Amino acid sequence: MNAPAKPGSFSAKDFASDQEVRWCPGCGDYAILKGVQKTLADIGTSPENVVFVSGIGCSSRFPYYMSTYGFHTIHGRAPAFATGIKLANPELDVWLVTGDGDGLSIGGNHLLHVLRRNVNMQIMLFNNEIYGLTKGQYSPTSGQGLRSPSTPMGSLDRPLSPTLFALGANATFVARAVDTQQKHMPGVLRRAHAHNGASFVEIYTNCIVYNDGVFASFAEKGTAAEGELLLEHGEPMIFGNDSDKGIRMKPGTFSLEVVHLGVDGIVEDDLLRHDETSRVLAGLLAEMRNPEFPVAVGVLYCEPAQAYDAAVHEQVAVARAANGNSDMNALLRSGATWTVGA
Amino acid sequence: MVTSTAVQLEPTETPREEVESVVVRFAGDSGDGMQLTGSQFTLATALAGNDLATFPDFPAEIRAPIGTTFGVSAFQINFGARKIATAGDAPDVLVAMNPAALKVNLVDVKSGGTIFVDTGTFTARNLKKAGFETDPLEDDSLDGFQVVTIDISKLTMEAVKEHGLSNKEALRSKNMWTLGLIYWLYDRDREPTANWLRGKFAKRPDIAEANIAALNAGHIYGETAELPGGMRGYSVLQADIAPGLYRTITGAEALAWGLAAGAKLANLRMVLASYPITPASTLLHILAGMKQFDIITFQAEDEIAAVCAAIGAAFTGSLGVTSSSGPGIALKGEAIGLAIGVELPLIVVNSQRAGPSTGLPTKTEQSDLYQAVYGRNADAPLVVLAASSSANCFEIGIEAVRLATKYMTPVMVLSDGYMGNASEPWLIPNFDSYTPFPVAFADQNQVGEKGYLPYVREEKTLARPWARPGTPGLEHRIGGIERADGTGNISYDAENHQLMTNIRAAKIDGIANDIPLQDVEQGNESGRLAVVGWGSTHGPISRAVGNMRDLGHDVSHIQLRHIWPLPRNLGDLLGGFDQVLVPEMNNGQLVTVLRAEYLVPAEPLNKVNGQPFKIAEIEAAIQDRLDRQSGDAK
Repeated sequence: MNAPAKPGSFSAKDFASDQEVRWCPGCGDYAILKGVQKTLADIGTSPENVVFVSGIGCSSRFPYYMSTYGFHTIHGRAPAFATGIKLANPELDVWLVTGDGDGLSIGGNHLLHVLRRNVNMQIMLFNNEIYGLTKGQYSPTSGQGLRSPSTPMGSLDRPLSPTLFALGANATFVARAVDTQQKHMPGVLRRAHAHNGASFVEIYTNCIVYNDGVFASFAEKGTAAEGELLLEHGEPMIFGNDSDKGIRMKPGTFSLEVVHLGVDGIVEDDLLRHDETSRVLAGLLAEMRNPEFPVAVGVLYCEPAQAYDAAVHEQVAVARAANGNSDMNALLRSGATWTVGA
Repeated sequence: MVTSTAVQLEPTETPREEVESVVVRFAGDSGDGMQLTGSQFTLATALAGNDLATFPDFPAEIRAPIGTTFGVSAFQINFGARKIATAGDAPDVLVAMNPAALKVNLVDVKSGGTIFVDTGTFTARNLKKAGFETDPLEDDSLDGFQVVTIDISKLTMEAVKEHGLSNKEALRSKNMWTLGLIYWLYDRDREPTANWLRGKFAKRPDIAEANIAALNAGHIYGETAELPGGMRGYSVLQADIAPGLYRTITGAEALAWGLAAGAKLANLRMVLASYPITPASTLLHILAGMKQFDIITFQAEDEIAAVCAAIGAAFTGSLGVTSSSGPGIALKGEAIGLAIGVELPLIVVNSQRAGPSTGLPTKTEQSDLYQAVYGRNADAPLVVLAASSSANCFEIGIEAVRLATKYMTPVMVLSDGYMGNASEPWLIPNFDSYTPFPVAFADQNQVGEKGYLPYVREEKTLARPWARPGTPGLEHRIGGIERADGTGNISYDAENHQLMTNIRAAKIDGIANDIPLQDVEQGNESGRLAVVGWGSTHGPISRAVGNMRDLGHDVSHIQLRHIWPLPRNLGDLLGGFDQVLVPEMNNGQLVTVLRAEYLVPAEPLNKVNGQPFKIAEIEAAIQDRLDRQSGDAK
């Protein structure tokens, strides 16, 4: 493959295609597009080595807006296409773009398996808790009771958590980012890119038309400090407008609680320090919801493991070493043969 | 009923009776190893220089309850000193390892045929399980057959006693004892099977030796026992076969190797993505063992993922292949449509089985022709090829790769359960004699003022260029939304959709100019009756037409291997016949396509009972058409 370009060879703008972006004005996807383009420039990759793969939905238009290789596939199946791409050519830098409907409803099975197998790619799930492109039906992450064209009396479905799904699928990298938080997102995406395997990033995305403000309690400028917990490996879990709140294990239980620093003698050492290698902790953090808890963003979990595509090619190399060159005539003549005389 | 029980004699030198061809069916419980027995007999028979054809027939259940009729597994082989076209209409010899096997298979045995029975299994309990109210060995139900009753179970136990196996393990050698007896009957060499046993049980030499002892004991039994009718064994002379190096090959092997050969000729890495399904899984198993050929195999989470992964591989510039059977192909439909739209090469193998839905997973059928040709949403043409025999799968595999890569299109390959599992002798080709067709990928020379245009076509083939991700300057985006002519960018323009639809159709239609003209396999280029076949009906049609021609009838055999597009001369060819008969193992599919395409009065001959056509059935249909025609003033 091509040698990686030096960092700085391509700017964020170099990763934009000439196509007019057609998301609704104010859609969170614009911010993500910008964040991703910046991330690629930061990483210092070249457009020709990058492939964006998507399914169907608003988020899945993403590849058309990138100047890289791109494949806009069919509903829910992007993980399978991306797996095929990595199996055929593990050197390609594959980014998968999906949404809560595409990735967790019609494509839930494929998302499960791409995570389980640990195929080396970045998976960005734009979660807006709604079906946008089909005009506003509830999705598998929509809150119970949501009124939508298909649920006029309120949705009865119990929602799922994308990060808990990923952890349950044995994912080796699970993270969260927020569309509007442009300073934070590229860092998470860089971590995802650096991880060897399937890196799952849930990105909270505001759908301004059908589900506006659904993440307002933590995703907006005025609410982020109180509403979310920025995770840093090894750092104490502190949040709040005055950085005066923290998370600790509730004594005598196996659950988390919010505590106030300086109240009842609580000091920083009483707080949990984030350990992104702990799957159990990641599960607890993924469970945290407003308003009882801040929403955890950043890298929840990261466990280095061999990537599936690399392992597949290792087996091919072993087979080639053991069997020598592939001689078709020898294959056709293997096993029992006999000669019929003239 | 003529029965015989063991009376051991000294070996004699009575000369063997010469026969031209024989049909033998081994039948037993699905745990009795009948498929192994059959494949070993096939190999020994090929080595003896006979031509042959086989029909493995086994139940869907892996281990159905022992002794039941639905657990019966059978393997039929037709071999002879002449050209063998089918596995044979009716067995001359049936080997029944238990009452259920007798019950299920008796109906097919030729009258006067020979039946070998293991009396050790004819217990009251097994008879009841098989649904016999009285013991068929005691009543008149086997009148008209030559029945040889042997307590094979007991003789096997005695033969392997010294190898110290458990009773259960010892009894497993029953099939080898039986094989030894049948080897004696037809004068086959035991050594290749003994060697095979030593290899198969390399880690359990005691089991290998016990099986060999059983094999030898069965053979000795034949040499020394007094069999009914003075049966002293047969000899089947060598067939007149083209000289060269041969092997036996199943359709699944031939297709796997053909696809691998095609990938090599195209200079591509192959990625096979598949999901297990009967009877298609064999292709996955074989290719999974061929990694040294730079073949990547992927057992996907489902049928849809499998086809999507294959298309993903194609996007990178590899040969993407997916394989399934009818129900799985149905699931792949949407993704195949995407491959048609984005115009990437893709091979889709359908090992057809009886349906609809789960249908009869292990029974063969040819009922997915409509699905292959028409079975997608919208106007979505692709190439459809049909292999006509196990060995022909090799050529079809290569042809599929050639057309897929040259025309940037999905190609559907139709095989079937029968062809996939059945083996036939194959004159091994010299791979060096095939002309390579290396893929020319797009390069920077194709970057013009407007950049790289993924939908600018080659004039002659209408194929778009294939650019490999990783190539600087060729970055492009493709997808399922209609693509603008030239750029491939999203286009909702109505006129563009009309244009692109026309181009997709014209591209596939044009392939008719790049495939062989349809030939007539037997008979005249025009005349009273053409019998048109596709797929594994080739064998019985070929033999039936041959037999009818020997009787002086004006009938021709046309075998289609290119189903879509059809050969460009086919309409004219069919127009030269007064009648067209289309035998198919479905309810009438190719016949409809031919009528629709050419307005010819083609008539169906259909059968969907899970069994291949018998030669006699096709002969009767030919006779019927010829009789009718003689009565009509045309």
